[in-house]
Amino acid sequence: MKLLTLNFLTCARRTCKSSPLSFPLHPCDAELEIADVDFSLDFLRNILPRLEWDAMVALCSELSLPLSATVPAAAELSGAGDEPTQSAKDLHHLLLETNITAGKLVCGNCGHEYAIKEGIANFLLPAHMV
Amino acid sequence: MSRPEDLLPPDLYYNDSTSRSYTTSSRIKNIQAEMTYRALALLNLQSPSLILDVGCGSGLSGAILSSQPNAPQLTNPGGPHTWIGCDISASMLAVALENDSPGDLFLADAGQGIPFRPGTFDACISISAIQWLCNAESSIETPQGRLKRFFDGLYVSLRRGGKAVLQFYPKDASQKKMISDAAVRAGFGAGLLEDSEGTKSAKTYLVLNVGGGDILGAVNGMEGVDVDERRAGKGKGSKKWKKGKPNKGSKAWILGKKEQMEKKGMVVKPTSKYTGRRRKTPF
Ligand SMILES: C[S@@+](CC[C@H](N)C(=O)[O-])C[C@H]1O[C@@H](n2cnc3c(N)ncnc32)[C@H](O)[C@@H]1O
Ligand SMILES: [Zn+2]
Repeated sequence: MKLLTLNFLTCARRTCKSSPLSFPLHPCDAELEIADVDFSLDFLRNILPRLEWDAMVALCSELSLPLSATVPAAAELSGAGDEPTQSAKDLHHLLLETNITAGKLVCGNCGHEYAIKEGIANFLLPAHMV
Repeated sequence: MSRPEDLLPPDLYYNDSTSRSYTTSSRIKNIQAEMTYRALALLNLQSPSLILDVGCGSGLSGAILSSQPNAPQLTNPGGPHTWIGCDISASMLAVALENDSPGDLFLADAGQGIPFRPGTFDACISISAIQWLCNAESSIETPQGRLKRFFDGLYVSLRRGGKAVLQFYPKDASQKKMISDAAVRAGFGAGLLEDSEGTKSAKTYLVLNVGGGDILGAVNGMEGVDVDERRAGKGKGSKKWKKGKPNKGSKAWILGKKEQMEKKGMVVKPTSKYTGRRRKTPF
């Protein structure tokens, strides 16, 4: 699972929907893997305003990855001639190429653990928890 | 032939061997690809987007979303897109893994909701999946309840102005209505598009739009689109489907075209009792 996805994922339980603690989910025993993804400046520009930067910063500190506490401005993504800047490339690498392949995601509200195996998270809830 | 939906729950129907033969069948691959391109044309995305694929299966649609180049001369410019897929069948997802599917995959039941924060996705696509939501697997679940959780969740997870195109195989007219009603109740502007209506290869697309109320803009000018203008809150009681344009090739459509041509000063063959009639296949 890409770190980008984690920035949008919430607990699936209905009772957690209204709790601010149900986002972001917290990785636990996470194994990370890097996988190449074609760089797209347009996609980064599209997605940047939608990111919850604080959650991104928190996630990176939980995973011991570096990330600046300030959101890069859209203008910082490209330089002369629309060339991507280093910070755009770093952001691409972090969001789209860094994957959690195994471990768990834990809800900060209800404590439910979602298992991740081979990069696939199991979000099926037993009927009584829906 | 009976519908798979009537035989087993989806996670059992799509077991290892069904999932594999489904994904390797070139007939199925072609049909699913054709519907994916149709859905993309309806979504009309202009730049690389974040897309949710509901019932993504082995990633047949996803492969197209990821490889869609951004070339203005194409019918569907704006790619490549980034997508997140969910499916209830672990076997289907296993085939997606084997094929190095580029999207993120979730084992999840769309009937339990969409676990993403508000405004996450630019668009949603779903090919041949949501009719399965009408299977209520247990005594505590109803199709209506599952459809409600799905559409409510989908509505919230799409950004304002976002669109969803869901191709599905309704069992019958009442199931089609139950599904589109659930979407309207969740707040979507909704339109139904039927390709090859009345034939064995008929395809139903539910075209949904979040806010902005311009579903008419989204589907206007497309042949055979029925626009449902009912909205939660407004126009209660107006239960009628508003008829869109006549189906391409139908008598009404031909007469319309003839009138247009005549207005442009062109010579048009006189209308007779044979106009718009089906010819027999020659052999
Ligand atoms: C006909 S396949 C289509 C797969 C893929 N969309 C394609 O076009 O190749 C239907 C898929 O819907 C999935 N499905 C059925 N019910 C579902 C549910 N409640 N939630 C998520 N996926 C579901 C099935 O597991 C199956 O993979
Ligand atoms: Zn929770």
